[in-house]
Amino acid sequence: MNVIEVNKLSKHFGKFKAVDEISFAVSRGEIFGFLGANGAGKTTAMRMLCGLSLPTFGQAQVAGFDLYKNAEEIKRNIGYMSQKFSLYDDLNIRENIRFYGGIYGLTDSEIKAKTGTMLKNLKLEKEGNKLVKSLPLGWKQKLSFSVAMLHDPQIVFLDEPTGGVDPITRREFWTMIYEASDKGTTVFVTTHYMDEAEYCHRVSIMVDGKIDALGTPLELKNKFSSSTMGDVFIKLARKAKRGDD
Amino acid sequence: MKQFLFFVRKEFLHLWRDKRTLFILFGMPIIQIFIFGFALTNEVKDSRIAILDEAKDEASEAIIHQLAASQYFDIEKTISEQQLVRAFREGKIKLAVVFPQKLKEQLQHTNAASVQLIADATDPNVANTLVNYASAIILDYQKQSKGFEPIPYTIKTEMRMLYNPQMKGSYNFVPGVMAMVLMLVCAMMTSISIVREKEMGTMEIILVSPMVPLLVMVAKMVPYFILSSVNIASILLLSVFVLDVPINGSLTLLVAECLLFTLTVLALGLLISSVSGSQQVAMLISLMGLFLPTVMFSGFMFPVENMPTALQVISNIVPAKWFYYIVKNVMIKGLGFQSIWKETLILVSMMIFLMAVSIKNFKTRLE
Amino acid sequence: MRILRILLEKEFRQIFRDPAILRIIFMMPTVQLLVMPLAADYEVKNVKICVVDYDHSPYSRKLINKITASGYFTLVDYSDSYEEALSYVEHDEADLVLQVPHAFEKDLVRDNETTLFMSLNAINGVKANLGGAYLQSIITDFNNDARLDWLQAPRFNSTPVISIVPANWFNPLMNYQIFMVPGILVILVTLVGAFLSALNIVKEKEIGTIEQINVTPIRKYQFILGKLIPFWILGLIILTIGLLISRIVYGVVPIGSLGTLYFFAAVYLLAVLGLGLLVSTLANTQQQAMLLSFFMMMIFIMLGGLYTSIDSMPDWVKTFTLINPVAYFIEVTRMVILKGSSLEDIRSHLIIVFGFGVVLNSLAIWNYKKRN
Repeated sequence: MNVIEVNKLSKHFGKFKAVDEISFAVSRGEIFGFLGANGAGKTTAMRMLCGLSLPTFGQAQVAGFDLYKNAEEIKRNIGYMSQKFSLYDDLNIRENIRFYGGIYGLTDSEIKAKTGTMLKNLKLEKEGNKLVKSLPLGWKQKLSFSVAMLHDPQIVFLDEPTGGVDPITRREFWTMIYEASDKGTTVFVTTHYMDEAEYCHRVSIMVDGKIDALGTPLELKNKFSSSTMGDVFIKLARKAKRGDD
Repeated sequence: MKQFLFFVRKEFLHLWRDKRTLFILFGMPIIQIFIFGFALTNEVKDSRIAILDEAKDEASEAIIHQLAASQYFDIEKTISEQQLVRAFREGKIKLAVVFPQKLKEQLQHTNAASVQLIADATDPNVANTLVNYASAIILDYQKQSKGFEPIPYTIKTEMRMLYNPQMKGSYNFVPGVMAMVLMLVCAMMTSISIVREKEMGTMEIILVSPMVPLLVMVAKMVPYFILSSVNIASILLLSVFVLDVPINGSLTLLVAECLLFTLTVLALGLLISSVSGSQQVAMLISLMGLFLPTVMFSGFMFPVENMPTALQVISNIVPAKWFYYIVKNVMIKGLGFQSIWKETLILVSMMIFLMAVSIKNFKTRLE
Repeated sequence: MRILRILLEKEFRQIFRDPAILRIIFMMPTVQLLVMPLAADYEVKNVKICVVDYDHSPYSRKLINKITASGYFTLVDYSDSYEEALSYVEHDEADLVLQVPHAFEKDLVRDNETTLFMSLNAINGVKANLGGAYLQSIITDFNNDARLDWLQAPRFNSTPVISIVPANWFNPLMNYQIFMVPGILVILVTLVGAFLSALNIVKEKEIGTIEQINVTPIRKYQFILGKLIPFWILGLIILTIGLLISRIVYGVVPIGSLGTLYFFAAVYLLAVLGLGLLVSTLANTQQQAMLLSFFMMMIFIMLGGLYTSIDSMPDWVKTFTLINPVAYFIEVTRMVILKGSSLEDIRSHLIIVFGFGVVLNSLAIWNYKKRN
């Protein structure tokens, strides 16, 4: 069962083809790694799938809904964690949970229950009333992920979620991702860390707006005669004409 | 020196690339000049008035005719007594002229009659002025109706308006607008620019560079200094060519004083930036602590001499007050340095004081 | 609706945790209302006059005494020459110079007529006008007294005289503070409505939390309402604080109904909030938002009839006044507070401002796209 189906999706800015006719599908419960160099177009692509940006042309279905016609339904069924983590700094943890919970239609009792569970799982029980801005980066990040998952979405989009944190926290974060995937949530993640690419079920690599590689890490390593995903990436990215965003 | 220029260039680029801000900073003084020059005037004219005519005879008609012909009045309508209060309440009229019954008869037979002028005194000065104008017209009629017989023992007065014979409001406003614009561009924008660097974290990068921190700040001031100079030039040009406000005194002196004031205000901007943690705070302080006092106490909007003593004392520490006085004297009255050397000295000492304090403050903050 | 409630909870929490905003809300009305009416006293009084008396006769001295006794004028100097008197004017130490010519008394008696010369510093037109008018009326009074001295009563009475009876309504004490206070209230409410609301939205844009909102199922109208309602309430709170201060400090008690005032304020806030919203869709940084809203507000306020009368403005400016919501509010506040105007009286103003609200908000909503 495909939860994401993309067919020749494109985004042009004038003559510049930021995303150039990409096509792929993601099945339920997959951890799909969406890789690419800076400027390759992956953030633009993800923003389209989240309903933040209107495609120039092409088809896409997310969570069974059409990207053009049913954007609002899509939003009800996805979670999103942006690069800037976007929890409200001047609200405390509980207040942030209450806000996002309420937005996604959880009842007061559901919110209460989930708050308790979340704080326990993250070992933040005593910090519930602390303002988010006082939290260290690693905690903020795990919190953001949990909040994105609050309403049990079908798919959760993670935009470079592990930027700037130490390796241990990264490992813990990926444990959380695996748990989510095991429960049936599809995880669509972009990242620069090539070791994280190895953790994904399948991976796509974007170069200059197109998808130059698509498959499991093993398949790609074989195809490009490399021992690590990092090597695969370098081989592909070297061909790139576009530099940084 | 070369490093310094690099920084200046960077600061220019920041400003130049923010077209929206640039547009406002350029456009604002120009629009203000137009507004102040053309739209705002303390002159009273075309005021809407109403007539309550119970006489309806030759006398009242003659007076009404004169009122209608005057540029000061715009006769809105003729009303009845019941409509009087409503007309004021609806804000439709500022003055009502009430003629009693049989006006002409009364004048001829008893040599005395009274006309009532009801003024909306919510704006006392307008009320006073309207009453004065209307009275003058009525008295004029009185003289005419007697066939110009000169009343014995008359003291006539001749009035001469100095410096501003056409009584243009702009003479008062233009120096004030200059002060306001400089305050806004130099103090507020500079302080925001510095604080924004702090907020974004790029300040640290700069501090790590081999540049002397103070020179970095000076580099930040340069674009705004130049922008203000352009603003002053455009204000002066517009005032002279569009508003017909003369520059009666020495242009060199005027420009020198403007530069002096600009430097003072830049120092203020630096000071504000050193005590502000965020852009919002810098904006707030600039607006409430600088801009508002400038508007209030410089003297161009509100007459300082009417204020309670306490406020008058406060007005003395507002640099704009001295600047306004200087510009008025040089530009409009056409006087020379001798008449403003005291005020210039005050401004100079303010500038030195502010620079010293802000530099010291700035250095301590760094540590 | 639940989503809206959740949104509002968040907004209010954020507003009250922001020290800068709290400071603005409470300090600003206090400071402005306390200082500005005191500062904004346009009454023409204490006009500084220099007299150059070339006559030195009993009559000239009588005239000067009358002038100084009037209370409107302060005698700065009894100068020997016009040049000396003029230097006082140059230094802003005198506002006007009165020259009494040589043989003033003699000419009056012998030729039936004489002339006095007034020179006024006309940079401030109002002062010059009114100062001159006051002096003129004192001189006229003095003239009448002189006539009575020399003529017999009956002969004088043969001249028909129209006496003018002035009446000052709504502000019989001619108190300028009463005039300024409603205007300042308008500024306060407008500041909160347009300025703060614009800054608030742009801040979210700058930080990036707006993107997070765009991704959620929050509908456009919910987001906008969530932003407008808190500032709408804040605007009314500031109005209340302002009215309280006006009452306590200046004794300004609205003659008209408070209900009318609040009702109009509520509708007016919709309009200025729409303006703030519109600005926020046009600006990308807080600095731009601040400059833009400040700039617009300044124009609206200046041309709104706060300091100078709209009647005196040239026609093309008056046309602009028609689309200036601030002008309407200023007029209504003055009307209701000082003249006791009722809901009926301000009906047309109400409808127009409501129209503004609809137009501005629609424009803003149309401009705000969740997806670009």
